[in-house]
Amino acid sequence: MAYSEKVMDHFANPRNVGELADANGVGEVGNSKCGDIMRMYIKVEDNIIKDVTFKTFGCGAAIATSSMATELIKGKSLDEALKLTNSAVMEALEGLPPVKVHCSVLAEQAIKATVADYYQRQGIDPTPFVGELCDCDHDHEHDHDEHGCSCGC
Amino acid sequence: MKRFVYADNAATTPVSKTVLEAMLPFYTEKYGNPSSLYSVGRDAKKILEEARENIARHLGALPNEIFFTSGGSEADNWAIKGIAYELGKKGKKHIITSKFEHHAVLHTVQALAKDGFEVTYLDVYENGIVKPEDVENAIREDTALVTIMYANNEIGTIQPITEIGTICKNHGILFHTDAVQAVGNIRINVKDENIDMLSLSGHKLHAPKGIGALYVRRGVRLPNLIAGGAQERGKRAGTENVASIVALSVALDEAYANLEERNARLIRMRDRLIKGAATIERSRLNGDPIKRLPGNFNMCFEGIEGESLLLKLDFAGICGSSGSACTSGSLDPSHVLLAIGLPHEIAHGSLRISFSDQNTEEDVDYILEVLPNIVSYLREMSPLWDEIMSKNV
Repeated sequence: MAYSEKVMDHFANPRNVGELADANGVGEVGNSKCGDIMRMYIKVEDNIIKDVTFKTFGCGAAIATSSMATELIKGKSLDEALKLTNSAVMEALEGLPPVKVHCSVLAEQAIKATVADYYQRQGIDPTPFVGELCDCDHDHEHDHDEHGCSCGC
Repeated sequence: MKRFVYADNAATTPVSKTVLEAMLPFYTEKYGNPSSLYSVGRDAKKILEEARENIARHLGALPNEIFFTSGGSEADNWAIKGIAYELGKKGKKHIITSKFEHHAVLHTVQALAKDGFEVTYLDVYENGIVKPEDVENAIREDTALVTIMYANNEIGTIQPITEIGTICKNHGILFHTDAVQAVGNIRINVKDENIDMLSLSGHKLHAPKGIGALYVRRGVRLPNLIAGGAQERGKRAGTENVASIVALSVALDEAYANLEERNARLIRMRDRLIKGAATIERSRLNGDPIKRLPGNFNMCFEGIEGESLLLKLDFAGICGSSGSACTSGSLDPSHVLLAIGLPHEIAHGSLRISFSDQNTEEDVDYILEVLPNIVSYLREMSPLWDEIMSKNV
């Protein structure tokens, strides 16, 4: 298994790492049992993501996709951020090994969870914007293919 | 200062210079086919049989009890499937093994289970050691084979092989051991230890990849593996890999020449590494601290994931290995770490360092200089670590 140079770059020098003190949206996806957790912080002003940071427990790909996802949504509107797909994250990273595709799905889910939290804090129901969020806190006996949200665990 | 530290000798080892020099002539000058009649062939045959005798001597076996294979996995597959199908015909369809065998054994018995065999997986407890009484209690009328590894490949724990061998002998049941990690690190005598079959591999002890052997005690009726020529007494056909067989023989000479002295040195290094790494908070040693291979270090660091730890170590020039899901190539962390009772989230943060005689005290210093910083760095960006710390308060 080999990572692209871009993945290695984002793993070695992750962008936007840490907590965001004045965040008005925080979301977390994944679980420790599966071996990856992504937490994202956003500061939204006038519907624009002014700032974004992350903290991730996970493999090289999990850290790199988190880093890339934050870069891709920084300065974007909430609508634009919600449109970011896992394939766009993968493409920006010049691809991921097949077993690591779920990391990009996790990054997409992290954005959605974070934006949903922002809407909730604003007293707005996030469902029309974000859709149903998948919580990856399932057990390993679950049939993954029918799970709908391939967190890959 | 940055160093290069190869510390994954349980995965593979470099071929030693002595071994390489010994094997090279068998590619260019002494290239004969051991089955040929003329002098280069006869010479190759002579060397081949000398190597077999020497390898047998190192194990306390007879030369005609040694069969060369392509490696440890082939030897495991041959021994287990061969005996299972042979004795299965007589209604003996039960196999006893442990929960933390190498996949070459585990996947073999799983395949047999799909084919109508029943498998008992013995517990290895928190210290990673099988209890001999559990073997005895698991034996049934229809037990065909007991297969328990000599030393675990991930956590290095050494199993009570003599006790298990004696129990099997008393019950008239065949006993196979995957000794891939043990050969060259522990003195083994198959007769004294009542071992009926033993698998070994060259590349774990400074011989090349692609060579291994299966010891089969005289009297054990193991079916033939490969049909063809008369090589390996007709049991495994195919022109012998003479150069690699010579390499295996020389590698065993080297490994056993100064074993006690080398092991004493490796144990000092290993224990210093364990002691140093144990100062990292929320770390734990996996497997028995004493009954383990001299060069094996395996610890977990809570709140981080093994693959990112390995990548950071690699940036620093250190080659290690991990039992995290990401490095095991499956969805779950290492079955070995789960077998000793670790929860998934802790098993994901494991690190194995395995030393050989080519490692030095300076390597230990360097790992201890680099490792704590990497663990701190990864914990700083880990939401799991935040969670652990918040519960801690």
